Amino acid sequence: MELWFTEQHTKNVNFSIKVDRQLYHAKSEFQRIDIFDSPEFGKFLTLDGYMMLTDKDEFIYHEMITHVPMSVNPNIKKILVIGGGDGGAVRELCRYETVEHIDLVEIDEMVVAACKKYFPKVSCSLDDERVTIYYEDGLRFIRNKKNEYDLIIVDSTDPFGPGEGLFTKEFYGNCYKALNDDGIMVNQQESPFYSDDAFAMQRAHKRIVESFPISRVYQAHIPTYPSGHWLFGFASKKFHPVTDLNMNAWNMLSLKTKYYSTKIHVGAFMLPNYVKELLESVE
Amino acid sequence: MSKLNQDQAPILEALRDFKKMRVVPFDVPGHKRGRGNKELLDFLGEKCLTADVNSMKPLDNLCHPVSVIRKAEELAADAFGAAHAFFMVNGTTQSVQSMILSVCKSGDKIIMPRNVHRSAINALILSGATPVYVNPGMNHDIGISLGMSVSDVQKAIDENPDAKAVLVNNPTYYGVCSNLKEIIRIAHEKGILVIADEAHGTHFYFNDRLPASAMSLGADMASVSMHKSGGSLTQSSFLLISDTLSEGYVRQIINLSQTTSGSYLLMSSLDISRRNLALHGQEIFDKVIDYAADAREEINKIGGYYAFSDELINGDDVFDFDITKLSVHTRDIGLAGIEVYDLLRDEYDIQIEFGDIGNILAYLSVGDRRQDIERLVSALSEIKRRYEKDKSGMLSQEYINPEVVMTPKKAFYAEKVSLPIEESKGRVCSEFVMCYPPGIPILAPGERITGDILDYISYAKEKGCFLTGTEDSYTERINVIK
Repeated sequence: MELWFTEQHTKNVNFSIKVDRQLYHAKSEFQRIDIFDSPEFGKFLTLDGYMMLTDKDEFIYHEMITHVPMSVNPNIKKILVIGGGDGGAVRELCRYETVEHIDLVEIDEMVVAACKKYFPKVSCSLDDERVTIYYEDGLRFIRNKKNEYDLIIVDSTDPFGPGEGLFTKEFYGNCYKALNDDGIMVNQQESPFYSDDAFAMQRAHKRIVESFPISRVYQAHIPTYPSGHWLFGFASKKFHPVTDLNMNAWNMLSLKTKYYSTKIHVGAFMLPNYVKELLESVE
Repeated sequence: MSKLNQDQAPILEALRDFKKMRVVPFDVPGHKRGRGNKELLDFLGEKCLTADVNSMKPLDNLCHPVSVIRKAEELAADAFGAAHAFFMVNGTTQSVQSMILSVCKSGDKIIMPRNVHRSAINALILSGATPVYVNPGMNHDIGISLGMSVSDVQKAIDENPDAKAVLVNNPTYYGVCSNLKEIIRIAHEKGILVIADEAHGTHFYFNDRLPASAMSLGADMASVSMHKSGGSLTQSSFLLISDTLSEGYVRQIINLSQTTSGSYLLMSSLDISRRNLALHGQEIFDKVIDYAADAREEINKIGGYYAFSDELINGDDVFDFDITKLSVHTRDIGLAGIEVYDLLRDEYDIQIEFGDIGNILAYLSVGDRRQDIERLVSALSEIKRRYEKDKSGMLSQEYINPEVVMTPKKAFYAEKVSLPIEESKGRVCSEFVMCYPPGIPILAPGERITGDILDYISYAKEKGCFLTGTEDSYTERINVIK
């Protein structure tokens, strides 16, 4: 018997992982949730059939979405994570003793419950006393916040389905409002490679550029996401992600990381020409 | 209320059976199930084009229904509590016009509020009926026109006891209802018929938390836009009648202007949507009511905006209010409704129903999702943060009482001359001028052009309203009576 999980990366490209067995399946109010065990990637989580994280490569995404802003402004104390119910981003943030409080806003309580059970190494910090979890629409939560956070991490699903509202201009505008003058927003920004993903990436970039004075894009290699080439957005009111990078301060912390380093940090902002062109065309 | 089994959908079932027969088409439409028009087939899909068929024995004929359409009409009549329901495929515009043409001949009087949709005044041009306008009430704080007060209708009846009918909006575009029950009582007392434009009132028939529907109150006819809150395809509609009218005569009137090639896409959508509302209307509109209440509360929390609702009810010209409507007064943030409407679309990819001088209206329905409503609220919050202005110098009035000089028909067909609009003050207009949407005329044929009206038109233009109705498509010139 052979059992395979397949995600369509485009209408003409499939990505398949051999599955040992399915561990969990549920339909929440918002989406279908599945967790599988596989020989190559260990356990992995999919939402509505789209790959969210695997045991094997989740570190790349979670390190890159957190340590990049944390090393630019070491004084970050109050953080809002939107989406990210798996707890991976929170786990990385909780490694900083200087962080005082993290609000996690996840629309789907069932995702958090499932991840706590099946991904203990990812969700391990969700019970940290500095963390408060809100189960509600991120767009609605942030609308009522003003001048409150040092950092907002938008750890969303794709720009269709329940994560749709987190790619909109009204959302980025509300993030701007919710941040203080030192504020930074980092978001997962899809891939530049396949045309549908690239279009969503450009739309997001355009809207962020319109909402923040500083807006740069950086990249990482994530094997289980479409094309493996993934982008993140870095937007802020004041800090430049490379020229304001405080390498020494971060390295003094001696945090052990598997992907992120301050050199990778600088390199990640050096984008291929075709990606630069895609971004510049909407700036 | 239903006596029939509302689980059936005769047109849908007949189309399904017909598809199974694989009948070879040597009749119209010439696209022959889409095979003759590949591009159209690719765009609309096979399911759609194989249902785009002609009238034939197993599928009945809209002009003279005797089998499945007849049965579907009986089911619709049962669901809406009418003696008969007509399937309409030329829009609610045709329903409204057929109502008026059924009750008024040339020279007959009809009492109506002036804030009607253009289709009602168009019917006066077609029929030659004389309107007796009742000026609607006004709410000056939010600048909207309301329903008719019963005393104004009574006065119009007393002054025109020979009137043939009273037309009532149930509700207005903004969701305002007149005291229809009392209007029906006083009109019927004098033998005057009551016809209702329920283009925005389909849902009243299917939920007990909403204002009363016209047919339940004893109206003689009602035009119901199923394609608005009812979920059927654009352009499909129902015309409902009570047993005071002859079904056969109304059918003859409808056939004066209705196509003889009724679209089965539209008819099946009416059939399916009627079944859905009859079976699930209560829960469907409960959900919409909750969405609207939640959205209003959140919008009012932003500050500056006023999302209004049933607190406007005053027992008279706001006798009742449709709480599924999400209307927001925007003038206090220094933006005209039309400006907010444009910002929502251009900056936030959100299309709402309309924006006029002081208000916007977002149409909520069963198809909405909570997260989309949150987007609308968030975008409004952002628009206030980014675009709020001083409100001085903004026009507040949505409605100017007209001076009617001659009937719409006489004015429309009179000898006329085209003038630059700014030179037309004092003249009698021979055509319509309106913002579309909402399509309520600022000027109708036969009305005096005043300075106030010209100021209003120029302000609406400046703010970006889409002006329609005039022969000159830019509304820079206007036709006036010679």
